[in-house]
Amino acid sequence: MFPASFGYFAARSLEEALELLTEYGEDAKLLAGGHSLIPAMKLRLATPRYLIDLGRVPGLSGVRIDGEALAIGALTAHADVASSAIIRQRLPGLADAASVIGDVQVRNRGTIGGSVAHADPAADLPVILTALGASFVLASPSGKRTVAAEDFFIDFYTTALAPNEVLTGIRVPLPPSGAGAAYAKLPHPASGYVVVSAGALIIRQPSGQCASARVALGGMAGRPLRAGATETALQGKALTPQVIAAAAAKAAEGSDPIEDAYASAEYKRQVAAVYARRAIESAAKRAGQKI
Amino acid sequence: MSTEHTATGLIGAPIRRVEDPVLVTGKGCYVDDIHLPGMLHLAVLLSPHPHAKIVSIDTSAARAIPGVRSVLTGADISERVNIPAPMVVPGMKIPPHPPLARGAVHAAGTPVAAVVAQSRALAQDAANAIEVEYESLPAVTDAEKALEPGAPLARTELDNNVCFLSTKTNGDVEKAFAQADHICRMHIASPRLVAMAIEPRGAVAKPEPAGDLTMWLSTQAPHRARADLATALGFPEHRIRVIAPDVGGGFGSKGPLYREYVLAAYLALKLGRPVKWIATRSEDFVGVIQGRDQAMTSELALKKDGTMLGLKARVVANLGAYLYANTTTPTQRMMGMAPGCYQIQNVHVEVAAVFTNTVPTGPYRGAGRPEAVLNIERLVDKAARELGIDPLEIRRKNFIRPEQFPYRTGVNVEYDSGDYEKSLSEALRLSDYQELIRYRDEARERGELVGVGVSTFVEPSGGAGFESGTVRVERSGEFTILTGSSSHGQGHETVYAQVAAEKLRVSMDQVAIRHGDTLAIQQGVGTFASRSAVTGGGAMVIAIDRVVEKARRIAGHLLEAAAEDIVQADGGFAVAGVPGKAVTWRQLAAAAYGGRLPRGMEPGLQETAFFDPKRDAWAFGSHVALVRIDRETGRLAIEKLVLVDDCGVILNPLIVEGQIHGGLAQALGEILGEHMIFGDEGEVLTGSLMNYAVPRASDMPPLIVGETVTPNPFNPLGVKGVGEAATNGAPAVVANAVMDALAPLGIDHIDMPYTAPKLWAAIREAEAKRKG
Ligand SMILES: Cc1cc2nc3c(=O)[nH]c(=O)nc-3n(C[C@H](O)[C@H](O)[C@H](O)COP(=O)(O)OP(=O)(O)OC[C@H]3O[C@@H](n4cnc5c(N)ncnc54)[C@H](O)[C@@H]3O)c2cc1C
Repeated sequence: MFPASFGYFAARSLEEALELLTEYGEDAKLLAGGHSLIPAMKLRLATPRYLIDLGRVPGLSGVRIDGEALAIGALTAHADVASSAIIRQRLPGLADAASVIGDVQVRNRGTIGGSVAHADPAADLPVILTALGASFVLASPSGKRTVAAEDFFIDFYTTALAPNEVLTGIRVPLPPSGAGAAYAKLPHPASGYVVVSAGALIIRQPSGQCASARVALGGMAGRPLRAGATETALQGKALTPQVIAAAAAKAAEGSDPIEDAYASAEYKRQVAAVYARRAIESAAKRAGQKI
Repeated sequence: MSTEHTATGLIGAPIRRVEDPVLVTGKGCYVDDIHLPGMLHLAVLLSPHPHAKIVSIDTSAARAIPGVRSVLTGADISERVNIPAPMVVPGMKIPPHPPLARGAVHAAGTPVAAVVAQSRALAQDAANAIEVEYESLPAVTDAEKALEPGAPLARTELDNNVCFLSTKTNGDVEKAFAQADHICRMHIASPRLVAMAIEPRGAVAKPEPAGDLTMWLSTQAPHRARADLATALGFPEHRIRVIAPDVGGGFGSKGPLYREYVLAAYLALKLGRPVKWIATRSEDFVGVIQGRDQAMTSELALKKDGTMLGLKARVVANLGAYLYANTTTPTQRMMGMAPGCYQIQNVHVEVAAVFTNTVPTGPYRGAGRPEAVLNIERLVDKAARELGIDPLEIRRKNFIRPEQFPYRTGVNVEYDSGDYEKSLSEALRLSDYQELIRYRDEARERGELVGVGVSTFVEPSGGAGFESGTVRVERSGEFTILTGSSSHGQGHETVYAQVAAEKLRVSMDQVAIRHGDTLAIQQGVGTFASRSAVTGGGAMVIAIDRVVEKARRIAGHLLEAAAEDIVQADGGFAVAGVPGKAVTWRQLAAAAYGGRLPRGMEPGLQETAFFDPKRDAWAFGSHVALVRIDRETGRLAIEKLVLVDDCGVILNPLIVEGQIHGGLAQALGEILGEHMIFGDEGEVLTGSLMNYAVPRASDMPPLIVGETVTPNPFNPLGVKGVGEAATNGAPAVVANAVMDALAPLGIDHIDMPYTAPKLWAAIREAEAKRKG
């Protein structure tokens, strides 16, 4: 369990990181918390010639409100997302997801940007960020661009990040009042990663009707899936337990879940419905619905 | 005489483990902490293939790496060098088990090449640079399938996959079955498990200038390792010193002499330099002996009223591809306890021990006992349900009764002592059993899946022959105790010192317990099979008695009194009834090492004893479980678990309780999720902690631990083992509770582990069947 030998750079600024990335291209990998990359290197599933450590780059971590959105630096640790006062107050669903990642050590080292860039289909944050309609800020030597979650996650460990880009931040639209978001996860008993999970954002009208719903599922495909049939079934309906259950039962509609030695596709479809229901119920409660 | 010695009352006192401060503050010394000048590092290339011919091995790239000192393949080592495996069952097949594959690999994880280099990283790089061309051979991984005609041969040099068949028959089994009102039949399989010692395996081999060899090994049994190493290498045993420094857990997996240990020794001798090898977790996954993997087919013959008449059991045990010295142990354990705690005299048990293309198996905490308990306790519950009898009643009706001990069972083994009814009553009391039943029935009314289970079980401990103990009174009057039973987490330094201090009437800090060094310690066996208190403790107590006897005679001489008038007193001896006439251990030591001794007495104050109880110590217990299964997800929750164990005299209740907690944690692994799975082609599917589900602290259920005490009449301390109690009893009790929960759906069998997807699939299938 030793990585192959590699060279190491500690970038001092975003510009320097981008320069190094341009110089070494495919031979280099950015290093954030190292909690996905280093294990892969130890198993020699990844053998980068160079690591460019972002850890000393100033200005890449922290949580703040920027206009209508929450701006989270890419290097913000999971633990800081989970405990951030702003997030707990305005977007507790995101704190839910960050607080069920791995264990304390993982949450202290792993970063939101690393999780997003790594795009593990069994990761937590991509799912809730998709439900919340987040977008990602990507910097390259030629400037910055912003990509919506749905366009960013492409497939297993594959994103819209170009080889010369650094993910610098995450923008999450602040939900209007009367909205609630939540995250529910069935962890794998060995890895603790997602078997199936669901993130939900519910915007509720004062009358108790669902104004809009976004529901995303994890563990079902190579990237977070939107549960379209569930969202449609909630739209405009009263958020009663019956309506939620009926809508959640459609969560896996049209999906072709990835199987493994632990969980069959059939099982995943079943628990997708259960966890979608749990996430929607909590989100609806946070939106002010009495259930 | 000092009065600060409050010696009496130490046996049975809840004394905290004296070894822990060192270990929990990181001051322990494990094999990887051994650093020697000039030390080289070994890396071993393992086969990813379960069964393949080795067509060619190209080591040129590895050899070309600067800093690489030696590259070895199977062809470079004499065919005489093999891992020794004794003929435990007459006529059993013992195919060769070389440290490096010779021509073929028969299991994933088989060492194929070895590299020694200046650093561990270099050695690993070089091992990765070796190119091996394999030609796949058909593989078989399931032991029952390996017995089918036309199954692939796991070991191509044999003509079938059977290592041995053995049977035990007693009474008139056919008659019993002919007379039965009912025959209960069951097939049950124990999952294959991997012991997960926190410290992986490791070895440092150091050639000594005069031709001796010193080895630091992460082992449970240093003397056995030394003997096996001598046999494997053809190296004189008396020139080998094996040291087990701190050992970070074993659970059976550190019993064998591993191939890499032999390679480290071989290469150190060849190169004349110390060589270190430390396993990675990935290597341990396919390297340590694995546990369980027994499939059992049983029939229980009963009268209508639940009286058990006869038992037939056929066990198919998966040995894996190679034999270690103790690979067959679980099969023997299984056979010796098949009828459990019941009076069944008409018994036929047979074991088919089978080679497959899998990692070798062997003892893992329980070693055949959890399988046997699971088998008989599930069978009894199933029979009760089929006959419409209460599960408590059927047990009570058939228990061996207290007055029948010592009791010779239907597999010709003698149980020493027991009171199973008392144990069961205590478990029922502690669990508030009637309340549990009411709770279950109410939940059931609401359509919830809730179950209550009971398991009453016996478990043998000790065994593996003798253990040794030496008690040496030092010149200072303090004591050094050497035990052949080497600790790797059990707390010997605490418990042995408690017992010795009480017996010697001194304080615990005057006793030092030493173990784990074959140079310092007389011949010994090791720590496994819950044998340390029973066998090692027995040996130590006998040695203490001998020292006390000699000291009494010296005391009589010094005090000018007859030896019969000398009694033990705090810190030494005194003349009975004569206040103030006393000697201390220090004065006695001074006499023994050059002072005044009775005429003709040999100097010295040190005694060694070897104790072989010649029989197992039969601990027993009763467990009760309450479980709930989430219909929607199949998730199993253990809501309450009551574990009542009887390990005879309790030497230290904290350690007993700790053993039960730890044993339960490992049982939970088997119950909830641990399962080493091989794919259809024999490939390893669960070779990492990412997919092999070791339980977490948060999985521990609400727990009530209780006890009964039935002293063992056949060893000096009256003890029975406890290290495996919960591992043996808990899988069966949870299995019974789970099956009780699922009974309303008509489900009567699911093999462990009870993963959520597996339970959900069974529930769904049963519901579909009901709907027709
Ligand atoms: C024991 C364990 C348990 C875990 N359990 C969970 C779990 O339950 N749920 C879960 O979601 N995750 C889990 N993880 C993964 C953890 O959340 C990781 O921290 C996360 O996936 C990656 O973040 P990182 O900062 O460690 O990234 P790194 O490992 O440093 O990098 C990961 C990848 O992203 C790239 N990268 C990193 N930062 C950037 C950036 N700013 N711009 C562009 N590319 C970048 C790297 O080049 C690399 O390819 C677990 C990890 C461990 C070790």
